[in-house]
Amino acid sequence: MNTIARAWDSDLAYSFRRSPTAVLSAIVALICIVGAVAAPVLAPYNPFDLASLDLMDAFNPPAFMPEGSLAHPIGTDDQGRDVLSAIMYGARMSLFVGVSATVFSLLLGVLLGLLAGYAGGTLDAVLMRIADVQLTFPNILIALLVDGVARAALPRDLHDQIAVYVVIFAIGISDWPRFARTVRGSAMVERNKEYVLAARVIGIGPARIMLTHVLPNVLGPLLVLATLNLGLAIISEATLSFLGVGLPQTQPSLGTLIRVGNDFLFSGEWWITVFPGVALIAMVLSVNLLGDWLRDALNPRLR
Amino acid sequence: MPAFVLSRILQALPVMLAVALIAFTLFTFVGDPIATMLGQEFSVAQRDALVAALGLDQPVPIQFLRFIGNALHGEFGLSYRLSRPVSALFAERAPATLELAFCASVVALAVGLPAGVYTGLRPRSPLSRALLTFSLVGVSLPTFLIGSLLILVFSVWLGWLPSFGRGDTVQLGWWSTGFLTLSGLKALILPSITLGLFQLTLILRLVRSEMLEVMRSDYVKFARARGLRDRSINFGHALRNTLVPVITIVGLQLGSIIAFSIVTETVFQWPGMGLLFIQSVSSADIPVMAAYLLLISAVFVTINLVVDLLYYAVDPRLRAGRGH
Repeated sequence: MNTIARAWDSDLAYSFRRSPTAVLSAIVALICIVGAVAAPVLAPYNPFDLASLDLMDAFNPPAFMPEGSLAHPIGTDDQGRDVLSAIMYGARMSLFVGVSATVFSLLLGVLLGLLAGYAGGTLDAVLMRIADVQLTFPNILIALLVDGVARAALPRDLHDQIAVYVVIFAIGISDWPRFARTVRGSAMVERNKEYVLAARVIGIGPARIMLTHVLPNVLGPLLVLATLNLGLAIISEATLSFLGVGLPQTQPSLGTLIRVGNDFLFSGEWWITVFPGVALIAMVLSVNLLGDWLRDALNPRLR
Repeated sequence: MPAFVLSRILQALPVMLAVALIAFTLFTFVGDPIATMLGQEFSVAQRDALVAALGLDQPVPIQFLRFIGNALHGEFGLSYRLSRPVSALFAERAPATLELAFCASVVALAVGLPAGVYTGLRPRSPLSRALLTFSLVGVSLPTFLIGSLLILVFSVWLGWLPSFGRGDTVQLGWWSTGFLTLSGLKALILPSITLGLFQLTLILRLVRSEMLEVMRSDYVKFARARGLRDRSINFGHALRNTLVPVITIVGLQLGSIIAFSIVTETVFQWPGMGLLFIQSVSSADIPVMAAYLLLISAVFVTINLVVDLLYYAVDPRLRAGRGH
């Protein structure tokens, strides 16, 4: 109880309560995350259960339109799948890939950033040059290339099995330089401070110094970067899946749903593509706004 | 100046070489060109003849040099998927992508610049707030979703504009242009907006923050104290000084416009290089992927080089001798 009370009184919590944007986007983000994570429990239907699909239900419009019914509040797709349930399962996939890719680039960036900043010299020069070159190219292009190479190098059935991990790797590898740069900058500053020197004098190894003395200094900026990166990673995954090179049809994400729904735009079934799009925007926008707020709240100069 | 230019070019070279190495590795070690070109049935003698003809029996460094030599001549072999020379495929699709990129940049500049100036000069007006909210949504919206929504509203519901293809094109030598026919121009509208929207919001926010900064500066206050009219202060003093960073960003973003045209071209089935690339990725067509990789890197490296040199021309502090 005491810790909760203390957390409630902290600066961060105060600035959170004072910002309507932050509160609103936190609520939206929470709805998206709960809806996605608990999809198997909360979703009204299971879109993967072929036995429950009925082609008679196909192309039902949303409930607010004349022919809609409350059984499918935002309609059904071409195979009679409930769009709301498909969105919840799709968001689960999008969130899983987004979070995994962000964690992957975070770990890779922190590791390489610490190495570059602490070791300096040639290693630093080489790593940062690679990061420079990579930052010149838009990350969706890098993710596309990695995915394309994996597609060409792996046999087709193996690629389909591990497609999710290929996409996570492709997006993760395209986003590490920004994490590495942040960590490197801080590592270079802290390396020469007296407390690090003192720690070295009493015989603490470099790995432990980096993890317990240097790393805590960058946790704030890393948290901000990771939050903003989550939104970007979700968009990257959706873009890859929309282009047809991301996740396979058997594991649809929001991007896959939008691509499939696109085929029905012209026959008037707009809800199959628009609602997954709205879900994607709600998720990304709320995460981005939270990240923006966090950046301002953790910046002492703006207080 | 020559030393600076030279050092910049020397820095760009290793990048291009590294990209060429990646493309070469893809080309040589991923997939099997021999099997792809010979098909199902062949004799050992046929196979050996093809290996010798392609130079695959030579040491890898020699192969790499040949690859670079061929690339400099625009030779990337045959596309596995279409069985046509890769260079011819790119030549026939380049005009579509370049015209789209050009129109997207025009849209971004023509709307983003005035909107940025306005929001910078009147930060508190309701229109400025509306524009800023719009720009926030524009940054968060994925490109493909913008395209889908535009198609839904303007093609399906209103029926005003075409939703796919380039319309009728006119052939000028080897360049096919959509600028000269009504259907070509109509087909350009939706893809240009889709592709330009992100750059538009970027330019809007950049110009706004630069204007806010400049309007606080001493020389603008002094110009006002001298009794100059608002119009000449806003445009002669303020806007002119915000243009340098804006030009830089627009230049650097030209590369990402070409890269993001992959998505826009897929949404609108625009017959450009991006669509070609995405079709090659999904069918593992290595020669086209390698060529696209090299081409797009050359574009990026060139743009960065030009922007660096422009900086040098614009910023006297760099000329004073420090170099970079």
